[in-house]
Amino acid sequence: MTEHTLGEATQGVAASAHDLVKTYGKGEAEVRALDGVTIDLMQGEFTAVMGPSGSGKSTLMHCLAALDTPTSGEAVVDGTSLGKLKDKDLTTLRRERVGFVFQSFNLVPTLTAEENILLPLNLAGRKPDRAWFDQVVDAVGLRPRLGHRPSEMSGGQQQRVACARALVSQPRIVFADEPTGNLDSTSSAEVLGFLRRSVDEFGQTVVMVTHDPVAASYTDRVVFLADGRIVDELRNPDRDQILEKMVGLQDAAAAKAAG
Amino acid sequence: MLRLTWRNLLARKVRLLMSTLAIVLGIGFLAGVMTFSTGLNATFDNIVKGSTSDGLVRPAGDIQGANAGVGTTQVITPEDVEALDALPEVEDAVGSVDGIGSFLLGEDGKLVGGQGAPTLAFNYAPTENMAGEQILELTAGGWPSEPGEITLDTSSAERGSYAVGDEVTMIVPSVGETRRTFTLVGTADFNGGGTAGATLVLLDTAEAQEIFLDGQDAFTSVALTAADGVSQAELAAAADAVVPEGFAGVTGDEVVEETQDQIGQFLDVISIFLTTFAVIAIVVGAFIIFNTFSILVSQRVRESALLRALGASKRQVTRSVLIEAFLMSVVGATLGLLLGLGLSRALAGLFRTFGLDIAGEVLTLTPFTIAAGYVTGILVTMVAAFVPARRAAKVPPVAAMRDDLVVQEKGMGRRLLLGSIALVVGVALAAAGLTGAPGTDAIWIGAGAVIWVITTAVLAPVLGKPVLLACRSVFGRVFGTAGRLAGENALRNPRRTGATASALMIGLAVVSAVGVLASSLSATNDKVVDDAFRSDFLVQMPTFQGFPAQYGDRMEDVDGVDLVSRQQGTPVSVEVDGRSDQSFAAGVDPAYFEIYDLTIVEGTEEITGRQALLSEGRAADLGARPGDTIDVSFPGGETIPVEVVGVFEDSPTTGGITVPLSVLEDAGIKRSDSSLSITVEDGADRAAVKQDLEDVVEELPILSVQDKVEFKELISGQVNQLLYVIYGLLALAVIIAVIGIVNTLGLSVLERTREIGLLRAVGLSRRRLRTMITLESVAIALLGAVLGMVLGLVIGVVLRQSLKDDLTELSLPLDNLLVFLVVAVIFGVLAAIVPAIRASRMKVLDAIATE
Ligand SMILES: Nc1ncnc2c1ncn2[C@@H]1O[C@H](COP(=O)(O)OP(=O)(O)OP(=O)(O)O)[C@@H](O)[C@H]1O
Ligand SMILES: [Mg+2]
Repeated sequence: MTEHTLGEATQGVAASAHDLVKTYGKGEAEVRALDGVTIDLMQGEFTAVMGPSGSGKSTLMHCLAALDTPTSGEAVVDGTSLGKLKDKDLTTLRRERVGFVFQSFNLVPTLTAEENILLPLNLAGRKPDRAWFDQVVDAVGLRPRLGHRPSEMSGGQQQRVACARALVSQPRIVFADEPTGNLDSTSSAEVLGFLRRSVDEFGQTVVMVTHDPVAASYTDRVVFLADGRIVDELRNPDRDQILEKMVGLQDAAAAKAAG
Repeated sequence: MLRLTWRNLLARKVRLLMSTLAIVLGIGFLAGVMTFSTGLNATFDNIVKGSTSDGLVRPAGDIQGANAGVGTTQVITPEDVEALDALPEVEDAVGSVDGIGSFLLGEDGKLVGGQGAPTLAFNYAPTENMAGEQILELTAGGWPSEPGEITLDTSSAERGSYAVGDEVTMIVPSVGETRRTFTLVGTADFNGGGTAGATLVLLDTAEAQEIFLDGQDAFTSVALTAADGVSQAELAAAADAVVPEGFAGVTGDEVVEETQDQIGQFLDVISIFLTTFAVIAIVVGAFIIFNTFSILVSQRVRESALLRALGASKRQVTRSVLIEAFLMSVVGATLGLLLGLGLSRALAGLFRTFGLDIAGEVLTLTPFTIAAGYVTGILVTMVAAFVPARRAAKVPPVAAMRDDLVVQEKGMGRRLLLGSIALVVGVALAAAGLTGAPGTDAIWIGAGAVIWVITTAVLAPVLGKPVLLACRSVFGRVFGTAGRLAGENALRNPRRTGATASALMIGLAVVSAVGVLASSLSATNDKVVDDAFRSDFLVQMPTFQGFPAQYGDRMEDVDGVDLVSRQQGTPVSVEVDGRSDQSFAAGVDPAYFEIYDLTIVEGTEEITGRQALLSEGRAADLGARPGDTIDVSFPGGETIPVEVVGVFEDSPTTGGITVPLSVLEDAGIKRSDSSLSITVEDGADRAAVKQDLEDVVEELPILSVQDKVEFKELISGQVNQLLYVIYGLLALAVIIAVIGIVNTLGLSVLERTREIGLLRAVGLSRRRLRTMITLESVAIALLGAVLGMVLGLVIGVVLRQSLKDDLTELSLPLDNLLVFLVVAVIFGVLAAIVPAIRASRMKVLDAIATE
């Protein structure tokens, strides 16, 4: 897990979107949540997606993660185009090649932390790789909590369990939609630190939606969305750069709303 | 507040519809039973009134043999009829020949009317009923006017596939040939409409006399029509003064009352029987309503809290839930009443095919039925919704601000305590019943059983845990993660699972308890038959009615037959301490004592002439001992003093009062046999003898020749028939319980939308999602079944214990229980279909997005 000192050029594409369009409603009421998004998400990279509320971040994630189908355009995960897949194959793809962390309600309340972490593997009928499991559990620092149910854990702990679950099946790509949205700064740091480490140490690909410039500063790349389009991008960003861009976008949005 | 209630109702219409369905079915059953019983009563009333004349001259005495299918040899002459006719009080006197012991065969040779209502054969003579109308009305053709002609009631002609002009076959008790053919000249019905299932056979008077009175020109009774201005009482008194000895004049009203009493008793039993099952169904429905409201309330915690935060009082919140329940119950009861009306019509249609014609116009919702339907429906719903409504009001306003929406459910401690106390009370009641508290044991035990059922329902969340844990581990092992999750889901809300399962538990408890009783009854019968069945063959009707004595005569001549013992039964009454005690007497021939060994406890078993043996039970009832003389009154009014010579241990092979056949003859009872016991000669080919015996009764197929095994089968067949009727009636309660499972699952699925979305997102396929929900349903069904069956077994065993004098054997219907378990699983699977499909149709994203 240590020999991935890959340069950008040699990195493969973990997932990509080609001219993705997603509209809701019809006629007058039509909303273009995605308005022609084309993006490649590189393997082994930690990418943040940012943008004003309603700019289509979640929609993009859902389309890429086989949770939603785009109106037009193509979403590809690990070389498989999602457009042609049936529900059954989509289910398998989600189970085996994609990991998720949602903003909240990530865990099945009836299962313990350990069972939640192993859920995708159990569903796939796969034997967990014990060493990998231990590594992940230690990385999130949850060993003492494995037997606990979600109701017995703090929000931060729950999110870390969710992260562990997303990683344990060794998916090609992990999608996280505002994984720290409900957490205080300490808990956020724990979760983000873990995601960062999973990229650095395990070569995991992670895509994360966030509103928080601090969170985004953990990433390798920040993609900015506005009105369903990619409007900007930063590499190896720091907090101030991000803040600057965000303010710019928000002003633009405010101006547009006013005008 | 009202508007909010209304909106709530509309917003949850599907869920409410399901629990409304529980009310609709329960009330529907109740209303159906009530309407049907009323209709049945009215039908019999019409027939009885429509077929009774102002007055009647009939054999004296309080036992009317004709009702029991026992004929008498007493007759009234045409001169007597003329004398009656000449009375100034009498406008018209019509002699009647009431034939007993004949059977109408259909075109296919089978008995018309199967094994149910009797064949009423009599001569046709125009007679007026109390309302001044003709008792009989033609529906086709004409009346029999010469020997060889016959008129049947419309329904019997139909059931026998006869049309006017056809040859009709009857079995008659006349000397010589028992099989006779007639030409159907017409069809007729009682003025009141229909015959209530009885087969009506009208013959020419001379022929009726030839068949039933050995050709004497005489009658068995006389119908009287009062002259203008003469009351029934005056008519009866005037007639009574001139009739020959052994006959009495009675008013039409008396006859109607007697018949109504008899039929009424029978109808009451049916109606109580059916109502019991309606009540069970309604109780089960109440559970479902309770459960639905509990779930709805817990899903609305936030809304209730918001209302409270905005200033609604506790009472307003409670009221809003109760009004919801009220509206629901009104709708449910209304639909239920309509369903009941339809149900009663359907039942009537079913009975019509058996020949019991219930006119549509008597099947209407009476004000009483309507009131009963609404009151029951509204009361049950409101009571069931009350606890959840209170719980809604108890939500603290602060809950509106909290994120975690779980209602903090109170611990099980109080439940356990109350349950344990109730359990002890139930045990105490049952013990009181068993150890001979005053009154009927079964009532004590029944009260205990009701308490047990309630206790089990209350404790189901606790008691059910082992079952659910077992389900979880088995499901997990067999179905993997989906199974494991299903097990967890069934366990996560014990109250909900428990209450849902309890609805099913009630039905299965009754089913199992009845099963224990039925199976013990069969086992007891088997044992009794094993002990008492000493002959090689027994010949009798399934209804134990009398049959022509000629068959016995012919059987005596069959090759290989050693002994034929003839027995004739009749109802009698014996005077004890100034009141008449209804009893049953068996006339036996000497061969009886050669075949059967009565265990004599006192005196001797030798009876001749006017002597009698009493069973121990009878002897105790009558306070009689050998040497005493008892006065036995027979149908026809004859009272014969007989000397008791012996007392025997109760035996199913004869009546409590056993006399020589000659006593019945002396009493003027028409000779017929109720049963024949036959032994074969040593070395004879039993199978061949049986075949020959069967040939003798070939023309009357319901008269069967049975050996021991067949006799056992016959009895257990009858027990099972009743059992299946009971199971059929309980099916409704079970169906309502299944609706409850559908409802709970549906609500749970809705409640777990996000969780389901999450599971789908991390890779649970649709198929396995359906499996998961199905297994949860199966777990609930199994829980209900197991609790119900265990409870039912306990209740059944205790009830059997209290009836141990009659049910000497205890037998547990284990194979049946296994079937119930399988059926429960099937019901569980069926109940999950709709919720599972709904869950699997949920879009993953919608589920994630749902708040
Ligand atoms: N199911 C839906 N029906 C109609 N419109 C929708 C639906 N889901 C999203 N939208 C619209 O699509 C647009 C993009 O929504 P999306 O959830 O992707 O925004 P977002 O960038 O994730 O916002 P936020 O930061 O608030 O989460 C919004 O205008 C939203 O109103
Ligand atoms: Mg979003």
